[in-house]
Amino acid sequence: MRFSFSLLLFVMAGLVVAFAPLPVQSIAPRERIFRIDARQYAYSPSEIHVNAGDTVTFELVSTDVVHGLYIDGYDVSVEADPGQTATLTFTTNKPGSFRFRCNVTCGAMHPFMIGKLTVGTNLWLYRAFGLAGLAVIGVLMWPGPKA
Amino acid sequence: MAKIELTRNRFIKNLLMNRYPQLAVFFVMLVGYIFAIHAGLIGTPVGSHNFSIVFVWIAWWAILILIAVPFFGRGWCAVCPIPLPAEWLQRGAVLAPPEKKPRWLNLRWPKALRNIWLQNISFLLLALFSSVLLTTPNITGIALAVMLFGAIGLSTIFERRAFCRYLCPVGGFIGIYAQTAPIELRIKDKQVCASCVGKPCYNGSAAGYGCPWDVFPGGLTKNTYCGLCMECIRTCPHDNIAVNLRPFSADLAKPSTRMDEAFKAFIMFGSAMIYAGVLLGPWGALKDAAYNVGTGAWFVYAAVFLAIIFGILPGAFSLGLLKGNNNIPFRQRFASLSTALIPLGLMFWVAFSLSFVMTNASYIMAALSDPLGLGWNLFGTANMAWQPMLTTLLAPAQTLALVGGLIWSARTAQKAANEVRVSSIPLIGYCFAATAFMLWLLL
Repeated sequence: MRFSFSLLLFVMAGLVVAFAPLPVQSIAPRERIFRIDARQYAYSPSEIHVNAGDTVTFELVSTDVVHGLYIDGYDVSVEADPGQTATLTFTTNKPGSFRFRCNVTCGAMHPFMIGKLTVGTNLWLYRAFGLAGLAVIGVLMWPGPKA
Repeated sequence: MAKIELTRNRFIKNLLMNRYPQLAVFFVMLVGYIFAIHAGLIGTPVGSHNFSIVFVWIAWWAILILIAVPFFGRGWCAVCPIPLPAEWLQRGAVLAPPEKKPRWLNLRWPKALRNIWLQNISFLLLALFSSVLLTTPNITGIALAVMLFGAIGLSTIFERRAFCRYLCPVGGFIGIYAQTAPIELRIKDKQVCASCVGKPCYNGSAAGYGCPWDVFPGGLTKNTYCGLCMECIRTCPHDNIAVNLRPFSADLAKPSTRMDEAFKAFIMFGSAMIYAGVLLGPWGALKDAAYNVGTGAWFVYAAVFLAIIFGILPGAFSLGLLKGNNNIPFRQRFASLSTALIPLGLMFWVAFSLSFVMTNASYIMAALSDPLGLGWNLFGTANMAWQPMLTTLLAPAQTLALVGGLIWSARTAQKAANEVRVSSIPLIGYCFAATAFMLWLLL
């Protein structure tokens, strides 16, 4: 009975850590422009931080073969021919961390040509750290095996 | 949860006793395997449009790591086509009873190599070249062919499935992780085995072949080395072999004391983290180093890879053992406690594979219609556009896998630490730190 109650308590605490709304720092949206160089099999810059609500423009410049840029979660993409600049503009209305990746087969390592876009704070990562910490506390409080 | 004997069910028992259902699956797998070699060698060099890359490293890998290993342990080994031609050649038959006189050399595997160190080395060899292997069809084709012909060659020299048992790079980690699976093959009554004359489950009889995995079922206490080929069910004259449903990770309650198995746990645990960083991370320099085999950067990458696996990870792990009870040798404590890394390592691979598979699964339909990249459109799906699947669910699913793996490992750590009379807290801290690092890499 006591064990079941503790387990229920931990599950509820886990749900709070995973889903409780957190105060988000409000920053006035602005326009951001990034030039991203694409080559086999990397973007430069490969990690981009923006704020939620920003209007972001990616100017994709391919330096070797045709490359694309697709953003997970936003489901928007652009393709650039070698030496040409292609432009993608979107509003960062979803906070969190998103991978962007090449969506035009560009060579052997194409499936791993990946960059990272962080919009605002990557809250899910901190929630995951919290869940992992809670899990450890839960296990330590769980009755251990008998010697 | 008590064990449930699945073979009490008449349908399941008959299915396992009958050779033909397994043989039918074997044939399909073997045809697919040979076609994958063929596609790798003569198909398009574009990996994402070649059957060998798409079906081996996306479809097969997804099934293996997300379903087969966690739920069926060595279930894949039960239908793996690699040892088939070798076994048929060795026996001189596909299904006929074994001949009394061996057809080939039939030597025992050397005693000094009766461990999984060679499997550790073969996995690491593939791992160091994985960026090329996973993306280049002809390299995948060659690797598949080497495994097939390697198994054939060994079968003419050594008895039973020497390749599966001692060399297969995949079989080594499946065996370690099979200990967590809720399926096992075990005897029902020890006394029956002790008094059994001739031990046909091990030596073979007119009813079937002796254990291809060189295991005497009467001594089975864990899943690691049982290939679930079901031959012993067919040969046991006393109906004393059962396939049971059991709680997850039942085998981990009694930790292993073998260093080869301990290092297998580290190799898999470390490789999952390295792959997550190199293949799924945003760092182009790492990808360049991993892909450009033979360059200076690749040698640095390989050295760092090996240093992480054999130095940094076990070194940090050992720090928590220094204060342990001196009556138990350090090696035994090290090996026993490494058991805790098995569930976490498996879940690291699940989390890594979820990302890789969900992003690239849409290639499967296109490759199905045009497996060689020759412009075919067999099923009308050749031109299906690439589209990542369920990306919004990816982060929660990975978090669930990693945090679940941490809980699983922490509980395993408590049991293992209790066995060797040390505190589990440093080990749980180690698992927490590794999980946090993996979360940072993937989210």
